[in-house]
Amino acid sequence: MKLFSNTDVVIALILVAAMVFIGLINPAFWQLPNIFSLLKSNVVIGLMALGVLLIMISGGIDVSFTAFAVAAMYLVVRTMVALDFDGVIIPFLCATAIGALLGLMNAGIIHKFHMIPLIVTLGTASVVRGLVLGLVGTSNVNINQMPEALIEVGRANIVTLERANGTTFGLSAMIVVYIVIAISIHLILTRTMIGRSVYAYGADPEAAKRVGFKTGRTMIFVYCTAGALAGFAGLLHSSMIWLANPRDFVGLELDVIAAVVLGGASIFGGRGTVMGTVLGVFILVMIQNSLILMGIDTTWQRVVVGGMLICAVAVTALRDRRALV
Amino acid sequence: MAFPPLIELRGISKRFGGVRALDNVSMTIDRAQIRCLAGENGSGKSTLIKIMSGVYQPDAGEILIDGKAMDQLDPAISIGQGVQVIYQDLSLFPTLKVVENLFLNTFLRERQKIVNWRRGREMAREVLDRLDVDLDLDATVETLPAAGRQIVAIARAVLAEARLIIMDEPTTALTGREVARLFRIVRDLQQQGIAILFVSHKMREMLEISEALTVFRNGRKVAEGPIGEFDERAITRAMTGRDLNTGHFTAPAFDPQATPRLLLEGVSVGDSVHDVSLRLMPGEVVGLSGLIGAGRTRLAKAIFGLRQDVTGRMEVDGRPLAPASVSDAIRAGVAYVPEDRLSEGLFLNRSIRDNAISAAMDRYAPRLWLNHMRARSETGKMFRDMQIAAPGTEVPVSTLSGGNQQRVVIGRWLMTDARLLILNGPTVGVDVGSKEQIHSIIHGLAHDKGLAVLMISDDLPELAANCNRVFTMEDGRLTGEFSGDALTEEALETALASVTRKETA
Repeated sequence: MKLFSNTDVVIALILVAAMVFIGLINPAFWQLPNIFSLLKSNVVIGLMALGVLLIMISGGIDVSFTAFAVAAMYLVVRTMVALDFDGVIIPFLCATAIGALLGLMNAGIIHKFHMIPLIVTLGTASVVRGLVLGLVGTSNVNINQMPEALIEVGRANIVTLERANGTTFGLSAMIVVYIVIAISIHLILTRTMIGRSVYAYGADPEAAKRVGFKTGRTMIFVYCTAGALAGFAGLLHSSMIWLANPRDFVGLELDVIAAVVLGGASIFGGRGTVMGTVLGVFILVMIQNSLILMGIDTTWQRVVVGGMLICAVAVTALRDRRALV
Repeated sequence: MAFPPLIELRGISKRFGGVRALDNVSMTIDRAQIRCLAGENGSGKSTLIKIMSGVYQPDAGEILIDGKAMDQLDPAISIGQGVQVIYQDLSLFPTLKVVENLFLNTFLRERQKIVNWRRGREMAREVLDRLDVDLDLDATVETLPAAGRQIVAIARAVLAEARLIIMDEPTTALTGREVARLFRIVRDLQQQGIAILFVSHKMREMLEISEALTVFRNGRKVAEGPIGEFDERAITRAMTGRDLNTGHFTAPAFDPQATPRLLLEGVSVGDSVHDVSLRLMPGEVVGLSGLIGAGRTRLAKAIFGLRQDVTGRMEVDGRPLAPASVSDAIRAGVAYVPEDRLSEGLFLNRSIRDNAISAAMDRYAPRLWLNHMRARSETGKMFRDMQIAAPGTEVPVSTLSGGNQQRVVIGRWLMTDARLLILNGPTVGVDVGSKEQIHSIIHGLAHDKGLAVLMISDDLPELAANCNRVFTMEDGRLTGEFSGDALTEEALETALASVTRKETA
């Protein structure tokens, strides 16, 4: 009984069941190259999902992070191209900072004017995307223009194996970055007062204020971290696909939000874990990946993702309502 | 007295705009004293709590804690001095565990950055031991019953080194046994030197738990003293400023051969009501008392067309009543005011007028369009008849007090030309003065319009004072009838107590 009340365990069981099922239909699923590429696909969505997790625990919702990711990525890559700069650390720091600043804007508007996060982030998303295209440019930065250093980052593997036919494949080093960040967020959420303030705010903002949390600070932490993670993930994405497209990530909000909800976070706030989110992201990416392996048209992926989001919201809403009785 | 009082308020006044919320009020609370602060809604109780907790600054007067004057008392200073308020909503975090709800406060006060769960757990266990209660530290607060949540709130206050705990209407959501446990905890706290200020309007509880009583009315202190100097009557008089009618209601004389308003013969509902027969004459107010689960509400719902498993004969004014739906029952002249007016009776965010016409839409919208003129004029009449205190008929019902909401519910039914009014818990959550007015309105209606009223209530004094006959109900059967001089609170109590004894035996 105790075992099943833990949402993370339930999600893990669902994941295992899905993996067994998919493996039966399609044995190619279990081959190492597929597993490695699956893990790699987790990184960008996963980093963004960690940010959205924070926001959902605080009782909010964010649809602007993809726009922030694009802004950070495109701005940094274009600047690097223009300056002919070929570093790694400074660009990533810049992308993270741009994301955090844009997140600060969200936090300010939401907290100061007591506005609904959905509306605010819809607005800021549109503004930021428009500004990027209008002020910075609309053309892709292709592989032949991309800074070498970024491409190197994207290609770095921690494990490289050889196939029977002599070609090699590897496990992206980015997975390590993802795991380190996930563990950090987990520790912040569970072991620090600022992390607990996010849960408290999501559970009852008024009560959080009454016990003495500085809720403005909580909101800034939540939205800035989400923005920073999006900015970082944006640049990482571009270095992994060797392309900077200012129209990238359209519609990805839905996938990320679906993954977080799938991971057991409550749309009503106050509930959610890093472990659940990481598992939720894995389930979502795995199902999308399997649809491709099964040769199903990519347009149908949208149907599947939308359906999964609705089911996951319904199930968590049921759970949360039951808990209220 | 070697010690100065724990907290002393001297000549406190507070105005909001043109409204005088508190007018030159003084009060003291000693160490380890249990004091009760009583008063109707709007009497200034909440304002005083907020002044003691530093949320509001008084316009005049001073606050002394341990004999030292506190100028500029703010929430942080107040908490630092050991004043803890437990609001009615408790301000807990429902999705978080009990242990975290307990330690967050303290960690915040200590300006911790890192959460030491082990220490938090130790603190939580210690404080629960101190209160001598057993709670699962890892349960989320939302899974606890109301009483458990309250204990968490109290434990949190104790953990914050409270010397005075102010509890705002702490017993509202509790059952009798839970109230007893709360009182046991409160007395334990007193033993440990913590003072308690109960803010309540429930007489019995005030008399049982507190040592001293302060009564507010319209922002002034109107009575104060050791609890021994008060009885229910005196408290009520102080709170409302007038003597409440505690006499009997006598129905007008009627011809025994006349057609009864409501006739039930051998009525059974499912397996919860068996063979009930009774008759109500025009102008009668008849009570129905019994324990929860005795079948009172089922019977009422059957008459109102909410139950389909009814057998036996029902008649209204001599015409057979077999309602298949609520609209059938309304058409037959039956009106029903449910127990929970908030969830079953009112559209809270709609105006008084929209609520008023909702039970008789056919009258106001015979075809497609709403007859605004008629809706407005009849709502206006009801508004005056029921003496609803509100700026007008267009304000949302959610802005009204409990007593005024109940008037809207009752008044609405009178606009349907109801001839039989069934009231289920008519004055639950309504304050004393309003209660009295609602009763007198009901009596007026019975008297002037020949309405028959069936009043279901747990409040025995209410039944004894306001009905001309009262039935007791037990396990779905009518077990007794009291009227005239035999109808007293004590008689009803004895009748119901015998039921309880049988149950426990």
